[in-house]
Amino acid sequence: MVRVAVVRFPGSNCEDETLRAVRRSGGEAFEVRYRERDLRDADVVILPGGFSYGDYLRAGAIARFSPVLDAVIRHAADGRPVLGVCNGFQILCEAGLLPGALVRNEGLHFVSRPVAVRVERADTVFTSEYRPDQIIRIPIGHGEGRYVAPPDMLEELEGERRVVLRYVDAGFLDAPANPNGALADIAAIGDPTGLIVGMMPHPERLADPVVGSDVGLGVYRSIVSSLTTAHSH
Amino acid sequence: MKYRVHIRVMPRGGLLDPAGQAVEHALDALGFPEASNVHLGKAIAIDVESGSPAEAEARARAMCERLLANPVTEDFTVELAA
Repeated sequence: MVRVAVVRFPGSNCEDETLRAVRRSGGEAFEVRYRERDLRDADVVILPGGFSYGDYLRAGAIARFSPVLDAVIRHAADGRPVLGVCNGFQILCEAGLLPGALVRNEGLHFVSRPVAVRVERADTVFTSEYRPDQIIRIPIGHGEGRYVAPPDMLEELEGERRVVLRYVDAGFLDAPANPNGALADIAAIGDPTGLIVGMMPHPERLADPVVGSDVGLGVYRSIVSSLTTAHSH
Repeated sequence: MKYRVHIRVMPRGGLLDPAGQAVEHALDALGFPEASNVHLGKAIAIDVESGSPAEAEARARAMCERLLANPVTEDFTVELAA
């Protein structure tokens, strides 16, 4: 069974929803605390959302130096998948596992609402269960989600097709398509291998029909199906 | 010897600074139209135990590079209190 570690920092949120979503998708999920130095043979590690360390200094800046991050960095260096959701994305950028930074939303407000994103890459470990160019309605909840990077880095991201999700105007929201002013409408990016992905949307919040949709479950189903295929070869 | 170090972290020039803009609009609304180019940053004060002022400053710069400032979006200055 695919083993998925969900890291819990002081101030994490939706870690229980993430554990549930992995289990519903047929994976084995367990929590790893921020002080631990071992990911217990996890195949995949997920850094959840929230406000680790109260977002002091900058979102993710302190969590990046918590003991567990050394293990996450080693896990990534071994070529094993890492997903950062929201605050997890911020932590991955702070740790230098993904380029760029997530800064204060353009409108200054904390934005908590559904957005429409287009799946630009349906061939990553985290998105393979979606169709290429599929548009999904998925929740966000963040105050610092505006993705920025220097122009040459943005060019590289686009050139290497490393934008995984992009905010789009799908016509079903009575709100701006881009909720935070992210450059190039970027909602999620990956590293060059596609094994490290950071996304601002919260797929675990829409992973059970009881809340109206389980479209977010695709992320966790992708993990399980991608790694199960990889194991059987 | 202990040196008092004052660090200033500012959003990099040219990057959109929505907080600075909001304050600028508020100042304008309050009757300060002469205020422009407003930017919000962080001030951090640290006592640094060190053998010399130069070393204290160098260590404070290392702190900025490692943690206190984000190299993608922020610039910093380091000053030793007199």
